[in-house]
Amino acid sequence: MAIKIWYFARIKEALNCAQEQLELSDGEIVTVEDLIELLSQRGEIWKTNLHDEKLLIAVNQTVATMQTTIADQDEIAFFPPVTGG
Amino acid sequence: MIRIQQKDFDSGEEYRALRARSRSPGAIVTFCGLVRDVSDRQSITAMELEHYPGMTEKSLEETLEQARQRWQVDGATIIHRIGKLLPEEQIVFVGVSSAHRREAFAACEFIMDFLKTRAPFWKKEFTANGSHWVEAKNTDAEAAQRWRS
Repeated sequence: MAIKIWYFARIKEALNCAQEQLELSDGEIVTVEDLIELLSQRGEIWKTNLHDEKLLIAVNQTVATMQTTIADQDEIAFFPPVTGG
Repeated sequence: MIRIQQKDFDSGEEYRALRARSRSPGAIVTFCGLVRDVSDRQSITAMELEHYPGMTEKSLEETLEQARQRWQVDGATIIHRIGKLLPEEQIVFVGVSSAHRREAFAACEFIMDFLKTRAPFWKKEFTANGSHWVEAKNTDAEAAQRWRS
């Protein structure tokens, strides 16, 4: 399956990555938590930023949790608490 | 009406537009947020606003919908600027028209509280010592929390 991942603000800068496409084999990941574990294998910076207790997650532009399931063509986003207004 | 834009807005024009498209308003409340020039006792030289295109609009639409369910909202406008802004520039506009002032005041405040805690915008402040991402405030979360009852 193919998914698109967005990173914003502090997390985008820390990971030096704004957006990426991932090709995954079927069953490689089921939930957001699985995706985080997969990305964390890239190194300490990824692990620390994606395990930040304040990290917010969105799947298809709706706030999600670690247990939210991910499907083919989904759009996942990782970002810190929002500060607009 | 929801707009995310880089360019400045004219709040007088927005008020007139909201008034013109409202059916029978007895009250119009507008709020305008400006970029502060001082934060944590440091002078701010500029601010940059990032957002999540698509989710921002979706989140603001949901906020408007919730406001409509709670109060009698006739018309509503939300404008939020993005990109680089200077101190004292306008950053956000919320306008609500309603038959009665209480409804308009409450809906306007509700929209701002939800926008600050739900809409995916992030501020980066620039000072003489460099730049930093603004931390989310507990007081904003508490302000949004009180609408739960």
